Amino acid sequence: MFHKIISRKDFADLLKDDMTIMIGGFLACGTPETLVDIILEKGVKNLTIICNDTSFADKGLGRLIAARQVAHVITSHIGTNTESGKQMVEGTLKVDLVPQGTLIERIRCGGAGLGGVLTPTGVGTIVEEGKQKLTVDGIDYLLELPLRAELALIGGSVVDKAGNVVYNATTRNFNPIMAMAADTVVVEAQKLVEIGELQPELVMTPSPLVTHIFVSEKR
Amino acid sequence: MIEDVNLAKTIIARRIAREFKDNQLVNLGIGLPTLVANHIPDGINVIFQSENGIIGMGPAPQPGQENPDITNAGGALVTVLPYGCYFDTAMSFALIRGKHVEYTVLGALEVDQEGSLASWIIPGKKVPGMGGAMDLVVGAKNVIVSTLHTERGKPKILKKCSLPLTAKHVVNMIVTELAVFRVTPGGLALIEINKDSSVDEIRANTAADFIVADNLKTMEV
Repeated sequence: MFHKIISRKDFADLLKDDMTIMIGGFLACGTPETLVDIILEKGVKNLTIICNDTSFADKGLGRLIAARQVAHVITSHIGTNTESGKQMVEGTLKVDLVPQGTLIERIRCGGAGLGGVLTPTGVGTIVEEGKQKLTVDGIDYLLELPLRAELALIGGSVVDKAGNVVYNATTRNFNPIMAMAADTVVVEAQKLVEIGELQPELVMTPSPLVTHIFVSEKR
Repeated sequence: MIEDVNLAKTIIARRIAREFKDNQLVNLGIGLPTLVANHIPDGINVIFQSENGIIGMGPAPQPGQENPDITNAGGALVTVLPYGCYFDTAMSFALIRGKHVEYTVLGALEVDQEGSLASWIIPGKKVPGMGGAMDLVVGAKNVIVSTLHTERGKPKILKKCSLPLTAKHVVNMIVTELAVFRVTPGGLALIEINKDSSVDEIRANTAADFIVADNLKTMEV
């Protein structure tokens, strides 16, 4: 019925140079680390990565920056990864800094069929440069536009074979929102269970959103 | 002036901790603001939010109790209290922008008499990014800036911020080791003063204009 489980090679075959990839996680908590390993091994280049933060040079998706596979990152924070700032100053990494609440809403718009969102965040700062400003009921807002990706890589704690996902504790963060905003969604399952083992009320990402399941090699 | 930086930070944290009422939802920034959690008065329950997806955040775990899936917005391992819950980032920032968070406490590179704050970038020198700070200061009902009064002898409270802003006209209160200021529509008001300081000392170390409140109080810490 469901044939979503893929191998290392299957995942590697999805990867191409110049791709735009969303990667879940918050300072590497909830990041699908084995999938990042496979991107490193395949060595695809010139990637655009959409992520909350660039984690660390030796942990999380920040390893892709340290390996110089990333040309452009759209993120809210780069301060914990020494390589991000260094490559930005060198001019080899383009960095778009987006307020965290705006970044998640742009991704949500991308996955929810919305043309954008009006937020008061960033009004009166350099974040408003180049953006359309609208006034609604006397309050100024910035029009922030949707973000989508070709691929979203999600860290799931418990995944059933249909692709329903539960995220433990703070691993949830950007993961369920990114799972809605990409053409292909791969979840790295910390634990894979049979269909019927998850309580339906507790599912956080519904199975049709998940294209492929990769069983984690970590933990 | 208070030369001992740790003492100065403790004074700031203790004063801010007295500001909250029972069961208010509070977000503390990384660094100095985090210390506030250690000084909540007995009998007051403050509910801490962490913007990576927690309400009801507890202290650091006991040795052996660490769970790598439970971290705070600074990436540190934490615990969650029995009444706590988790959510995704969209929910977290809806809570923040939607005025469901009573207080946000954060640090400053510069803060000014109009209530504008600069805390996320020193162009050409340090560009970590704004993380959640821009949303927090725009969305929280009350914005408290916690900062040492001066840095290397230079005032942190200015007439106008020179660095790129985190947000404009959003700060409600500034707490330093020497003084508490309130940002009012008429400008900055000195409302409390450390018992070991003086209005003259505060004037000498503050680059902003401020009025001294009629009922100037001693900082309770």
